[in-house]
Amino acid sequence: MTQTAIDVSPLPEHAFGHRSILWWATMGMVAIEGTVFALLIMTDLYLKGRNEHWPPGNILPPGLLWGTVNTIILLVSTIPNELTKRAAEKFHLRTVQLWLIVCMLFGLAFNVVRVFEFMSLNVSFDSNAYGSITWALLGFHTVHILTDWVDTGVLTVLMFTGPIDEHRFVDVSENAMYWYFVVLSWLPIYALIYFAPRIA
Amino acid sequence: MNAHPLEQQKADPRLVYDDPRLEPAALERERRHHEASWPDPRGFLGWLRSTDHKSIGLRTIVTAFVWFAMAGVLAALMRLQLSRPENTILGPDLYNQIFTTHGTAMMFLFAVPVMLGMGVYLVPLQVGARAIAVPRLVAYGYWMLLFGGIFLFAMFFANVGPDVGWFSYVPLSGPEYGIGKRPDVWAQLITFSEVSALVTAISLIVTIFKLRTPGMALNRMPLFVWAMLVVSFMVIFAMPAVMLSSTCLILDRLVGTHFYNYAEGGDVLLWQHLFWFFGHPEVYIIFLPALGMISPIVSTFSRRPVFGYLALVLSNIATAFIGFGVWVHHMFATGLPQFGQSFFTAASMMIVVPTATQIFCWIATIWTGRGVRFTTPMLYVLAWFFVFLIGGLTGVMVASVPLDLQLHDTFFIVAHLHYVLIGGSVFPLLAGIHFWFPKITGRMLNERLGKVAFWLFFTGFNLTFFPMHILGLQGMPRRVYTYPAAMGWGSLNLLASIGAGIIAVALTVYLINVIVSLRVGAAATDNPWDAADLEWSTSSPPPVYNFSPQPTVGSRDPLWHTELTPPFVIGLNPEKCEVLVTHLLDAEPDHRYPTPGPSIWPLLAAIATTILFIWSIFSPWGVVWGSIPLFITLVGWFWPHRGVPPREMERELARLEPREATS
Repeated sequence: MTQTAIDVSPLPEHAFGHRSILWWATMGMVAIEGTVFALLIMTDLYLKGRNEHWPPGNILPPGLLWGTVNTIILLVSTIPNELTKRAAEKFHLRTVQLWLIVCMLFGLAFNVVRVFEFMSLNVSFDSNAYGSITWALLGFHTVHILTDWVDTGVLTVLMFTGPIDEHRFVDVSENAMYWYFVVLSWLPIYALIYFAPRIA
Repeated sequence: MNAHPLEQQKADPRLVYDDPRLEPAALERERRHHEASWPDPRGFLGWLRSTDHKSIGLRTIVTAFVWFAMAGVLAALMRLQLSRPENTILGPDLYNQIFTTHGTAMMFLFAVPVMLGMGVYLVPLQVGARAIAVPRLVAYGYWMLLFGGIFLFAMFFANVGPDVGWFSYVPLSGPEYGIGKRPDVWAQLITFSEVSALVTAISLIVTIFKLRTPGMALNRMPLFVWAMLVVSFMVIFAMPAVMLSSTCLILDRLVGTHFYNYAEGGDVLLWQHLFWFFGHPEVYIIFLPALGMISPIVSTFSRRPVFGYLALVLSNIATAFIGFGVWVHHMFATGLPQFGQSFFTAASMMIVVPTATQIFCWIATIWTGRGVRFTTPMLYVLAWFFVFLIGGLTGVMVASVPLDLQLHDTFFIVAHLHYVLIGGSVFPLLAGIHFWFPKITGRMLNERLGKVAFWLFFTGFNLTFFPMHILGLQGMPRRVYTYPAAMGWGSLNLLASIGAGIIAVALTVYLINVIVSLRVGAAATDNPWDAADLEWSTSSPPPVYNFSPQPTVGSRDPLWHTELTPPFVIGLNPEKCEVLVTHLLDAEPDHRYPTPGPSIWPLLAAIATTILFIWSIFSPWGVVWGSIPLFITLVGWFWPHRGVPPREMERELARLEPREATS
């Protein structure tokens, strides 16, 4: 029998999307954090079932304005996010730099508005279980936004200073992927924080 | 029969033959090139920086066994205290700390980490990969495990050991009753160990999905790899529940939230739901890897491929799914609606089906084998059939609500859970250590000492835990530090304590065997047991780069099909420590990927995380200020070494992606 071999030297040194290692690792993080969000949502509904009124007592539901503003900011931010991702997958360095900065500005706006969101919840985390879970939902989502925003910031700096190789473009693409998760996971939480207390 | 890979890949333009690169001399040159290029940092600093999965896997296993020994000493102290009625060796306060620390350390610091450690060591070898995926994350996971264990035992020795049981029920652990920092120590240890397990699970999944060597389609994956894949998914979906519940507990205790405070609209049963939504899958997270070790051992020593590969894989997956639907059977005594209880009884009994399927497959393997070799690993596995059957049957018993109400919180449960966890998992683990010891160390364990340890362990184990069934039926509650002589529990307790002494002797013999064999054991060949999986095709112990050249596979039992010589993989760049990334289903070659090298940053990040975690027990500001050093270490971790400044990158871009307009 002749010895044979598979010569892999002509294969590329990088890949985007589900072909890449980084995509799967990111998806692993998304699965973990998505599970935490799901459990938080279940906890919220469980506690809601435990209470006769939601919110209990004379507490007013959270003010709609800032939460809705932030939802719009998040939804619109998917546009520069997608443009960053596409530019990265075509290795357009200049375009990536541009859209990363736009993404950073969206993130900044979001985080500022988030402060007003906390201020218009009409309940403190130590008032009752309703307050605790509402703050937990909003807080946990904020941790994600902040983390990804800081992460994007580091990536933006890196794309201006170097050192760069093709793998940094994969990083940018996966970072954009993660931002979609942060945006999508907000929608059920938004509904739960702002509308569940209004229909109960 | 699987077709020869050459047949399958005839159309593959990458297949080369009659090539000078395949001459033995050329292959030896390539091996030397790998030897010179793959970093193998030496010395203490090198040890701190290592990202080699074998180094991290081995140290995880050793560290987990250190926690096992310490938690075992605590168990021995409990047996000493209970050996006769009205004993006064331990007081109630210390006894509470001891049983809680014992259970917590065994579950969170030993059982899960040791199984994941075996996975970290073996999975890349079994799938024919040069390295593990995201190795720095695995290194970080190891350091978190180490620091978590040090934290727990340091607090225990400082008399701040957790004392409210390994499931830390509220309100006992809440701000009202759990005075001091003891429940916080428990809750934060959970965070340490879960972070460690979660990052390791991600790495294992990515390794199994993307780094399998060409030819290893999903239906050719070794069963241990299947088990680790399923378990990693269970970790990802189960462990967030306990992280969330313990975080809420810390918040209740530290900043006055009311998640579990009934008076303010919270709920104590919420804790139990969240805890057991994690806690029951946890049992399978510990148990399934053990089953994954049984398959290759049974197959190797029965000298035939394992019977019912597909049934075994599907049973693995079925167990994982059903395992998420049985948590309420831990809560039958809480007065939940009867209809709900019936559902969970049914689900709990249903899990017998996939487990029994696996047992029958292994019996069939042994039955139709070509002469069973009764080596020490095989003895442990055969004993497993017996002890796990008892644990499984008592499990079916307590799945029934009326019986459970009678036996809840008695020693019957202690007996059941030790039969399941020690019987179900530690027996196969000890078998697995025997089995893979030659691969890991290059030395054989002594068979005679091994068998002595086995028989002592088997005897001691049954002597310790079987009488507990009867004690439980007689009404002896668990977690009592002593009992009056008039209850008549003295003699069975003495028997159990004698058994515990025998277990201690058995494990000492096992340890002596390990130490002696490391020094003077017979040198191991590459494949001393004549086993079938890829890890046995490389040297014992394997080199940093695992294989040279990287093998591919053409069947499920590659080393037993010597008439086939599947093609090697050539063309990976040793300078960049490249691994071959393949497609998920059929493991066809996709692209090359440089493995991140050794780094000190995972250790520094773990230290920063440890500071944050411990600080946050005492003040919520610990999270805020602690995140600054964590951020710095993560940036240091992430910052690349390879690459060029952006200006030069512009020129490189054309090479990467030929754009229509520019050319």
